[in-house]
Amino acid sequence: MLDIDGVCKTFNAGTVNEKTALRDLSLHIGEGEFVTVIGGNGAGKSTLLNAVAGVWAVDRGTIAIGGEDVTRLPEHRRARYIGRVFQDPMMGTAATMQIEENMALAMRRGRRRTLRPGICRAERETYREMLRILDLGLENRLTAKVGLLSGGQRQALTLLMATLQRPKLLLLDEHTAALDPRTAAKVLDATERIVGRDRLTTLMITHNMRDAIAHGSRLIMLYDGRVVVDVSGEEKRRLTVPQLLELFGRASGSDEADDTLLLS
Amino acid sequence: MAGFISALPGAVSQGLIWGIMAIGVYITYKILDIADLTVDGSFCTGGAVFVVLFGAGAGLWLAMPAALLAGMLAGLATGLLHTACGIPAILAGILTQLGLWSVNLSIMGMKANVAINVIDPASLDRLLVSLRFVQGAVRGDESLWRHPIVTVGLFTAAIIAVLYWFFGTELGASLRATGANPDMARAQGISTGRGKVLGLMLSNGLAALSGALLSQYQAFADASMGRGAIVVGLAAVIIGRVLFSSVFRNFALKLLGVSAGAVIYHVVIQAVVSLSGIDTNYLKLISAATVAVFLAAPFWRERFFARGAGKGGRAHA
Repeated sequence: MLDIDGVCKTFNAGTVNEKTALRDLSLHIGEGEFVTVIGGNGAGKSTLLNAVAGVWAVDRGTIAIGGEDVTRLPEHRRARYIGRVFQDPMMGTAATMQIEENMALAMRRGRRRTLRPGICRAERETYREMLRILDLGLENRLTAKVGLLSGGQRQALTLLMATLQRPKLLLLDEHTAALDPRTAAKVLDATERIVGRDRLTTLMITHNMRDAIAHGSRLIMLYDGRVVVDVSGEEKRRLTVPQLLELFGRASGSDEADDTLLLS
Repeated sequence: MAGFISALPGAVSQGLIWGIMAIGVYITYKILDIADLTVDGSFCTGGAVFVVLFGAGAGLWLAMPAALLAGMLAGLATGLLHTACGIPAILAGILTQLGLWSVNLSIMGMKANVAINVIDPASLDRLLVSLRFVQGAVRGDESLWRHPIVTVGLFTAAIIAVLYWFFGTELGASLRATGANPDMARAQGISTGRGKVLGLMLSNGLAALSGALLSQYQAFADASMGRGAIVVGLAAVIIGRVLFSSVFRNFALKLLGVSAGAVIYHVVIQAVVSLSGIDTNYLKLISAATVAVFLAAPFWRERFFARGAGKGGRAHA
């Protein structure tokens, strides 16, 4: 479903701040795979997701979604294939717009925006049903401004919006990192349910190794802009945190794994 | 005092006319979160196009849409400078505005001032608004329906109705999302560049319509008639918000608040002029200072009064 081949990205090339974030990275993800992504700060996790989402153009390499080469498509054109949830809960929703308006915008992702009404009556019932799944009481607040919601509620809403129309690819960029532990667990639980229900092909970044092991069908670890660990199936199911650390140490050729990987 | 009262209908009429431009400023400043200085030029573009076409014998039905279209082209220029050339929005607006100075003069045949013939009753009768209708309505030789407060008021109502409809459509909602959260908008498949261009076109189209109305009202277009338009627009938006934000929550009412803000602005200015006898050349300084104070108010409030204001979380509107 997602084919990344030989992708390179360097920021601020030719300046003192030059930073190579992705080095000839290749990754192939099959339909329905749920991949968790871990790695230290600056390993290239967010850069990888942003490259797929098309936030900027990559320097080299190709990215294909569902067999279609999207390397040259701008961000808003790729959005028809991709659902995204960001680390910052403020980033995924429009605060000054109502809950139902936000959902209506997401419902029309990938379609031409015409002069038809931005939201119609029949949609509202659908949205109410969908919000019920989140179990946050939002189903009775359809016309509330999103700015009035808590970070966790906004993140849950963003997740719902990302999956309103079954995306070919779901990108989750540490989407629970900014939430308190209880809310984070709730959002993660909703993620698990929605991804399982729709069998979504998913890439989820997390800084929590336990979460990375507990969720998903495959785990990859990035180091210095490359995939250094890639485990799936039975091997992943039996993985433990110490084993993961050891894998990381071997791959990166260092024993300072504890420092570079933010553990919890 | 008597002078002020007799000047009041004129001030209200002018306020309503400028209010249409202010609604345009609301679209860029509040909805798209862009401070667009193009309006200083496009306001005059509308007036110039109208006066020249009208003088050549064209009727309202041609001259008004032409003014609207010319303003939209000015907005398109700023929009493309911003989105396709990566120039910061404020600078893109300044560039277009500067260029429009020459464009406006060339529209007016390189004259700084072109008049509409209002001496000829046949010509006067073809206008939508005129200062003469204010006097005519008072004297009774003109029907009250032709009073600029009525005609421009209805015109404004129609514009608000169209905008209310538009911002409720899929396209309009995508424009609001572009202004509210560009990251989210792009993630939901909205081209934020296109949204900004469209919003700038809409805004400058309204500024030009407003300029076309003012040139009719005062019976001439002048190369410097739009100078400071952005400040008048911001003043109207701010007055509208300060006075009506607690009662006007609906989008259409917010736009109405902007129009009312422009009226209040003009009435206050008229009061200052009539009652204090100040040299009108100081008006721009007074306007700038007033708008500066209003723009600074939220910042000052945060800085000097927030600390002692209790620990309750402040809601962000």
